[in-house]
Amino acid sequence: MADTAITVEGAQKKYGDKKALDGLDLTVASGTVQGVLGPNGAGKTTLVRILSTLLRPDAGRIRVAGHDVVAHAREVRLRIGLLGQHAALDEELDGRQNLEMFGRLHHLGARHARVRADELLERFGLTDTGRKPVQRYSGGMRRRLDLATSLITRPEVLFLDEPTTGLDPRGRAEVWTSVRSLVGGGTTVLLTTQYLEEADRLADRVAVVDGGRVVADGTPDELKRLTGGDRVDVVLRDARQLGAAAALLPVPRGDVAVDADRRRLSAPVTDRMAALAGVVRALEDAGIEAEDIALRRPTLDEVFLHLTGDDRAGHHRMEEAA
Amino acid sequence: MTSYALVDSWTMTRRELAHWARQPVQVLVALVFPVMMLLMFGYLLGGGRGVEGDYLSYLVPGMLALTMAFGLEGTMIAVTRDLDKGVIDRFRSLPMASGAVLVGRASADMLQSALNLAVMLGAGYALGWRAHGGPGALLAAVGLLLLLRFAMLWVGIHLAMVAGKPEMVQAVQILVWPVGFLSNAFATPQSMPAWLGAVVEWNPLSATATAVRDLCGDAGATSASWAADHAALLAVAWPLALTAVFFPLAARRFARLDT
Ligand SMILES: Nc1ncnc2c1ncn2[C@@H]1O[C@H](COP(=O)(O)OP(=O)(O)OP(=O)(O)O)[C@@H](O)[C@H]1O
Ligand SMILES: [Mg+2]
Repeated sequence: MADTAITVEGAQKKYGDKKALDGLDLTVASGTVQGVLGPNGAGKTTLVRILSTLLRPDAGRIRVAGHDVVAHAREVRLRIGLLGQHAALDEELDGRQNLEMFGRLHHLGARHARVRADELLERFGLTDTGRKPVQRYSGGMRRRLDLATSLITRPEVLFLDEPTTGLDPRGRAEVWTSVRSLVGGGTTVLLTTQYLEEADRLADRVAVVDGGRVVADGTPDELKRLTGGDRVDVVLRDARQLGAAAALLPVPRGDVAVDADRRRLSAPVTDRMAALAGVVRALEDAGIEAEDIALRRPTLDEVFLHLTGDDRAGHHRMEEAA
Repeated sequence: MTSYALVDSWTMTRRELAHWARQPVQVLVALVFPVMMLLMFGYLLGGGRGVEGDYLSYLVPGMLALTMAFGLEGTMIAVTRDLDKGVIDRFRSLPMASGAVLVGRASADMLQSALNLAVMLGAGYALGWRAHGGPGALLAAVGLLLLLRFAMLWVGIHLAMVAGKPEMVQAVQILVWPVGFLSNAFATPQSMPAWLGAVVEWNPLSATATAVRDLCGDAGATSASWAADHAALLAVAWPLALTAVFFPLAARRFARLDT
């Protein structure tokens, strides 16, 4: 296996006049987990569909597992697994029937397909679902079966398009556990997500995609450093004290975001606990009453605010402190 | 790759059979519904307008042809349901023979229609209908009926992909019924206003119905129009023409679902 599992150079895709991919470049090393982080409409699904040979790019050179996705789609299909954004299962059949059918279509042969189905049902905790058709599965069960189906042939490269969107916390944890256990086996994983936390937990590297291009690429730590890492949010009782409170925070005044409507200040911090203690004490000393003080990770909005200088979440609009 | 074409097509056909096993009631209804239509038109509504002689020997071939034509709906529903569920995406990302999905659909639908014919012929027989042309002619008639169904298969697959969503199928269904009834399945074109009769004469469904009547020795149809005189020719030509148009359209549309 080559050192690079995925190479994307100048990928372009238009839907009518709408540019879904606008010269996207990405390289993923073999055996790593690459996160692709982006808001709705960034082009994540378009990228995954092109990489998994479901969609033809308008332009660009794209290789997966050593083969060109356009010229040698079949070679690529032999080496990939795909978990689409929406479940791609036969809803009328049960879990075993789905796994056996897709195993046969991978040309495992009837007996091998049956054995593999058993293994995967066991591994994903679906053995006792019996003859229940997939349409009666819970969201988490369905997602696990979908994931199991994409692993029938132990693919070299696995694509996961928003694997946990729409799942409850438990379903999300189940999928995360499954993905993590895969990575040990040498599979290269490309995972799209809207959640920074998910990228943070699962990915070795993260590419931030916006408007069909990669606007930043790095390890989760590098990205967070770029965004300013953790933030402290302070909600005051009295909006008139926002200016005074902003001056007390242990960061340069320009880094403090003020949301007057919500009487809220937000500032990046480095040492979480020390910062929290410092803020509480400073406010107390100055006699400023706080309604709420909280530490949190940067949100996707803030990653974008920082990376693109473009405030895309209008309802979270924050003004720089004057 | 071609060595897998058969295996994959069989896997896809098995998938459809597994759906049947999940929905035995639906399968039964699909088999019984045309028989109910036959009973309704044969007995409740009395004889057909303009039919001389035994109405049953006129009606049974008409109902057989109508059943084949209405198979279009079943095909469309199944195809749109698959497209809607995204399972097609998984098929297309697998190294399976391209076309196996369509072959699976085709085999299952043809099998279902063959069963439909068997049940209908059995029902007709029970009611006293007889094929007077002998076994060879009956076989030829069944061949023509399945040929019509085969053409409807590709029309259905294409329309379903154009329509896209299951909701859209309803719109098409509303159009299928008039086309089905604007035929000579129940009544002779001579009993209709001239302009309507002409439309009915040239309906592909009418051609198959008339050809089957001729093959089964029905004396009721006494028309002398060109279309009626050349019913056997039209019953072959129409489905072939429809298939020649819609098979490539459907296959191409399926291959380019992505763009
Ligand atoms: N079939 C299509 N026809 C027209 N436009 C499309 C089509 N698919 C996607 N688009 C557009 O292309 C852009 C990128 O879409 P894409 O689905 O790749 O985004 P995404 O990052 O996956 O978004 P989401 O988080 O909502 O899944 C969007 O503006 C979308 O509206
Ligand atoms: Mg998407």
